[in-house]
Amino acid sequence: MSFINYMAREINCKLVYYGPGLCGKTTNLQYIYERTNPEAKGKMISLATETERTLFFDFLPLSLGEIRGFKTRFHLYTVPGQVFYDASRKLILKGVDGVVFVADSQVERTEANLESVENLRTNLAEQGYLLDKLPYVVQYNKRDLPNVASVDELRGMLNPTNVPDFEAVARTGIGVFDTLKQVAKLVLTELKKGSSSA
Amino acid sequence: MASPQMVMYEEEFNQIQTVVDRLVRDANAKVVFIVDKNGQLIAAAGDIENVDTTSLASLTAGNIAATGGMAKLLKENEFATQFHEGEKANIHIQLVGNRVILVVIFDARSSLGLVRLRVKKASEELNHIFESLLKKVHEPGADSPFAEITDEDIDNLFND
Repeated sequence: MSFINYMAREINCKLVYYGPGLCGKTTNLQYIYERTNPEAKGKMISLATETERTLFFDFLPLSLGEIRGFKTRFHLYTVPGQVFYDASRKLILKGVDGVVFVADSQVERTEANLESVENLRTNLAEQGYLLDKLPYVVQYNKRDLPNVASVDELRGMLNPTNVPDFEAVARTGIGVFDTLKQVAKLVLTELKKGSSSA
Repeated sequence: MASPQMVMYEEEFNQIQTVVDRLVRDANAKVVFIVDKNGQLIAAAGDIENVDTTSLASLTAGNIAATGGMAKLLKENEFATQFHEGEKANIHIQLVGNRVILVVIFDARSSLGLVRLRVKKASEELNHIFESLLKKVHEPGADSPFAEITDEDIDNLFND
């Protein structure tokens, strides 16, 4: 859940990048880190194995600017994508405000994508969240590779509820900031909704 | 939703800051900070210029989450205390009221015994403060800075 600090005049939100192993979650964060002004970002932390696979999470704190005198700060996390790290994935979803599902567009990763999105739904439910009620966007990554499924196919499989979705090549940055901006916007809109109905 | 919204008001913030400032002195600590279980830094005191408190906050929460996961597997409720001993710096991590995490970083000028003793007292005080804070958040009419923002405000944030 977001953290509103009246004293520091800050709003802190948690975004989680989810998806199958090697889909490009860490690459998304790395690109954001590289292209953000030093004053708007903190240190990026990657808890990875010796072979650069995410072991626990990547973490990147970002400041997006001010709304009505409140600094908006987003904490970006990735989960480890490999199937056997499920226990760790669950932990990272705790307190999440918005989710980005990064899909690997390659045809041979179809099953891994489906399994991961199902896993996301299950793990959120365990924490008491409903994916359909959360700010959520989908990114179809690796669009530059030759053997990719069409966006329509991917959308049909991975985005049945028609949340905002983006084509991306995280390695070169295509679609990375569009994805981030959209999910951040949804989170803030959700906070606004939540506060007006309280 | 799964966890209640964390809100910090000036009154409680000052109370919390008083507790952590005092803990730095009483425990001869280098740094004391408080993090919520989601990794958001709530308060910090001591020699914070020389440490990356944001990163430490996130890693502390990850650590507590992982330990909590292990506790669950062993059918324990929580492992409320952790201690990491380094060559120069040591870290004492205490879960307070299963809600926030109190972290004390200290060196040879202090001792584990002293830190534990002081942390115990501070934890009780912090627990009271966070309990009353939580009640306040749940009171009807608790205002939110978001109540007045418009869609336009949000859009403006993303205009390059």
